[in-house]
Amino acid sequence: MSEEREVRRARDAQQRAMQAQLDEIFDHEQASQRFRSYDPHLFRRLMTYVRPYKRPLAWAIFLMAVTSAASVAGPNLVGAAVDTVTAGLDGDPTAAGTRLAWLIAALAGVSVVEWASNRSRLFILADLGTRIVVDIRGHLFGHLQQLSMRFYDTYKVGRLMSRIMGDVSVLQDFVTWSIVGTARSVFLLSFILVSMATRNWRLTLLVVLVLPLMALLTRAWSARAREAWREVRRRIAIINGYLNETVTGMRVIQSYVREPTNARLFDGLNRRNLTANLHAARLSALFFPTVDVLGSAGVAIVLGYAALSGDRSLTAGDLIAFTLLVDRFFNPIRELSRRYNQLLATMAASERIFELLDLEPEVQDAPDAIDLPPIEGHVRFEQVVFGYAPEAPVLRGIDLDVPAGTAVALVGETGAGKSSIINLVGRFYDIQSGRLSIDSHALRDVTRQSLRSQMGVVLQETFLFGGTVADNIRYGRLTASDAELRAAAEAVGAHDFIQRLPRGYETEVGERGVNLSVGQRQLLAFARALLADPRILILDEATSSVDTETEQLIQRALDRLLAGRTAFMIAHRLSTVTRADLIVVVDGGRIVERGTHEALLAQRGAYYRLYTLQWASQARAA
Amino acid sequence: MPDFLRISLRLVALLAPYKRRTAAAYGAMLGGALLNLLPPAILGWVIGVALTPAAERTAAVVALPAWLPGAAAIEARARSSGPELLGQAALLILALALLRGILGLWELYLGSWLSQRAAYDIRNRFFGHLQHLSFGFHDRAQSGDLMARAIGDISKVQQFLGQGLLEAVYIPVLFGSVAVVLFGINPRLAAVALSPLILLALVTLRFGRVIEPRFKAVQDQEGLISTRAQENFSGMRVVKAFAREPHEVARFEEANAEFLNRRIHVISAFADFFPTMTAIVVLAEVLVLGFGGRAVLAGEVSLATLSSFIFWVVLLAQPTQNLGFIVNRASEAVAAGRRLFEILDTPSDIVEAPDAPALPPLEGRVRFDHVSFGYADQTVLHDIDFDIPPRTMVALFGPTGSGKSTVASLIPRFYDVAPGQGAVRLDGHDVREVELSSLRCQVATVLQDSFLFSATIRDNIAYGRGDAEDAEVVAAAKAARAHDFIQALPEGYDTIVGERGVTLSGGQRQRVAIARALLVQPRILILDDATSAVDTETEHEIQAALAELMAGRTTFVIAQRLLTLKRADLILVLDQGRLVERGTHDELLAAEGLYARIYALQLSDQERMAAEAAEAEADR
Repeated sequence: MSEEREVRRARDAQQRAMQAQLDEIFDHEQASQRFRSYDPHLFRRLMTYVRPYKRPLAWAIFLMAVTSAASVAGPNLVGAAVDTVTAGLDGDPTAAGTRLAWLIAALAGVSVVEWASNRSRLFILADLGTRIVVDIRGHLFGHLQQLSMRFYDTYKVGRLMSRIMGDVSVLQDFVTWSIVGTARSVFLLSFILVSMATRNWRLTLLVVLVLPLMALLTRAWSARAREAWREVRRRIAIINGYLNETVTGMRVIQSYVREPTNARLFDGLNRRNLTANLHAARLSALFFPTVDVLGSAGVAIVLGYAALSGDRSLTAGDLIAFTLLVDRFFNPIRELSRRYNQLLATMAASERIFELLDLEPEVQDAPDAIDLPPIEGHVRFEQVVFGYAPEAPVLRGIDLDVPAGTAVALVGETGAGKSSIINLVGRFYDIQSGRLSIDSHALRDVTRQSLRSQMGVVLQETFLFGGTVADNIRYGRLTASDAELRAAAEAVGAHDFIQRLPRGYETEVGERGVNLSVGQRQLLAFARALLADPRILILDEATSSVDTETEQLIQRALDRLLAGRTAFMIAHRLSTVTRADLIVVVDGGRIVERGTHEALLAQRGAYYRLYTLQWASQARAA
Repeated sequence: MPDFLRISLRLVALLAPYKRRTAAAYGAMLGGALLNLLPPAILGWVIGVALTPAAERTAAVVALPAWLPGAAAIEARARSSGPELLGQAALLILALALLRGILGLWELYLGSWLSQRAAYDIRNRFFGHLQHLSFGFHDRAQSGDLMARAIGDISKVQQFLGQGLLEAVYIPVLFGSVAVVLFGINPRLAAVALSPLILLALVTLRFGRVIEPRFKAVQDQEGLISTRAQENFSGMRVVKAFAREPHEVARFEEANAEFLNRRIHVISAFADFFPTMTAIVVLAEVLVLGFGGRAVLAGEVSLATLSSFIFWVVLLAQPTQNLGFIVNRASEAVAAGRRLFEILDTPSDIVEAPDAPALPPLEGRVRFDHVSFGYADQTVLHDIDFDIPPRTMVALFGPTGSGKSTVASLIPRFYDVAPGQGAVRLDGHDVREVELSSLRCQVATVLQDSFLFSATIRDNIAYGRGDAEDAEVVAAAKAARAHDFIQALPEGYDTIVGERGVTLSGGQRQRVAIARALLVQPRILILDDATSAVDTETEHEIQAALAELMAGRTTFVIAQRLLTLKRADLILVLDQGRLVERGTHDELLAAEGLYARIYALQLSDQERMAAEAAEAEADR
């Protein structure tokens, strides 16, 4: 292979790896950086969340007008005060003194009004914005709970998190600051313009000339800055991804003496981040001083006009008021352009959120669904056809009659359809045709809540929620007493190790808590299922091996768990298979054999082949 | 606060390599500060002078401080000129603005340059140091905490070292020089004008103190919401299985509602402070106008002086408000710096002896010479003593917590045996006395949970030998029984795996890890035989791959299964950190000790099941 190709291949591979890293991290970080053109439909829909708060919003906008008026009154009063003083120098100092006192009192009064109105409108607004966001987030979360497992199979957790945290906080910024920030800028601009124009409309026209220049500059700059900052965030996201992996994989790194190579790679990432930042810094360094220069140009125009126009009506007070007002004039302009960008980001974020909200829950309770009465546990599949995608059936006509209290082991190669069968029993998906019933109630006709509350599920990988050991067991039955909880733990043999944990049942587990071994987690899942005391048990046996001691515990717990229940088990261990009352061999979406262990072995069919293959290595060791 | 000072100095020292740029940035900043003083003076002055009726003009001209160069000449000119002065002032202001703009550009750019460069340096240092810290450190450290330091703390330090530090110098300089000028012109009016501004600085400072914990509370709550949501999405199967959606919604709503409470807490701080700050600036204007206006009317102060004072107050208002924030940012940066230096100052437990010789290619003899070892305060191994000839397969066996993994970790020197507590020797070389990389190159570890990096499969296999040829990578993959499934992947060896790539099954990951170990041709191998019980074929393949890997090498297996124990040349039975028995499977059974007891209790089950399977196979 030529060296050039080698280099290119390495580079391509590296880029793909980086891209893959980015997709997830970046998705989260970038929510505020995506834009979409304005869409009145989206905007109206967003406004439906604002509608319940119409009154406080109107009140806030009114207060905003008051604040803006007061804030514009300030420079005018200062100007008037200066004029009074000038007049006093010419004429009657005493009268001027009194008038000055009044003006100053007015300035103080206006300032108090500004303070009070500003304070309440800030509070109302931010409060309202947060409430709206809390509403949207709650609504979104509630909706997501309704979606079927099929949705969760395809939608990555990282992306969902990006919706519910990133996009929602973009909305928060919008409703909190944008709606009223825009109102504020519009009020301020118009008040400033009016008070400048009443003082001197010619001069006002001249000053307004600076505006288009400022607007153009801001526009050109923000487009570039957006790109530059996007690149900065991209770079830092890559660095963070790489760091995270390094920290997690440190043992492998040190074992393989990769430190020098990794330090070099990291330096490369770090340097590209530096370059991106410096590019953004150059843009900022050009923009902000230029804006200041333009601001000063406004002041220069005021002075220049006074010098050249020969307009004798301009007083010192006018000039001071003008200069102070010009100073305030440019802020709302910059603010408005920032709000516009925020509006576009909000459009993109709300589009993504509404997309989720518009997803119809696939598995729904029928309108006339009844609550499943307490069941015996007789499960019946009649010609059941099912596929995750309708055009690609995974189960092609399953007939299976499982009397109450029977433990069924499902065996077969990966992809044969074992998981689909247990997924259907829990109605995580709906069947396409045929009939699936429990105690002669078709699953479609009962509510999911009543169905699942009579069912216990133990999955291959035990998922623990953040919280204590007790919380996690109690997940099976929220109303269980401490004694019941403990009895369940004892029954599955989890009590001993739980007691040895630093805080017993109150020990925190989950991501931020203590690390439990695979076997311990499994025992907790058993306790959880036992506590639920289900009529039907679904068990997807864990594949990872545990030490022999724990293995024995698990086997004993299984005995306890299966006693008197209908069970569907995807079995990986020989001992689990042999324990079943009925073994069902699945292949290619059909049931190819069924019977007991002995009977099936004697048949010398699919089960026999599977069996000899599966435990052959152990056989040879013996 | 000597600690505060010490850390601040260390942070500032990060700029030391860039003295010239630092000097240029601060020069530009100081120049800008001085230039900023002028426009208010000019504005106030020309407005006052030009628009004052000619009769009073003499009185109106501000008395410039005598030390100002050319003060007398300027005053004389001012007295004699009229409105045309305004035009000249306009040009002057524009020119000053341009000059100020150029300085500002440099200040901004150099400031960012310095802070970004310092962040780059410290990030590299942090990364390099993390890589050199021992397993002992990484066992204790929480990865989330390390990430927080690497991301959050570095960025806080970076933000402060650039613009923050410049402003921290700029504001006192500006304030001080304005104060000098104002007091020079009129001490009483100066005192009146500046006192509210000091109040402003104090208020902002207090605001920072109040808002920070409230902000943190909101962030914490946001973290909690995020955790709840993430848990819910990841555990959706369990949620649905137990029909717990209503419970989950209630829990989420609770967190959401608390978020609202905490944010309202923050909002009320904002609503209290921001209007107050604006009001304080107006208060300063009120005071200047009130006292100054009277003074002008009384003929004590000129109109120009009054106008200038107003503009100066406006000029100072913004920076004074910032001062409060800057102080808060500085204290945050110092706290961040403290957390960073904490890591950077942690020495690695594993230190390479200076001029340690490289370990020559090993035969593979492993000797534990009366080794005792403990983590922190807990002794894990007591006087372990054994000598393993090259190319032996050793099974480490014992209950959980007996010290099996620790024995294995001491061989590649992931932990250090304390002096006087015995020694680990490979071919007679004490592992503490040889070059670390030459040692670890010859010892490979394959654990049950194989960590793969987000990179191509090729890169993962060649992880220990970046220079490996393609053919070697493929050969290693073939030997590890991984080649076939790799070829079946969408992009073969170029498929990206790891957390953010294609998900491989446990068995597949393990085989890639075996290939990775094979490629470095280690002399000594450390394995964990607990394969994830995947489907039959994979199980088969993994065993075959492991056999390939062990051939001709000294191997330590942390044994779980009977097969391994039977195959081992030597079983070391550990119990509570002591080596209690050694021998082959048959010898140990005959000895009727701990091993025989565990066998009777647990392993015989495996045997029984296996026998049953064997029978079935024999039938076939």
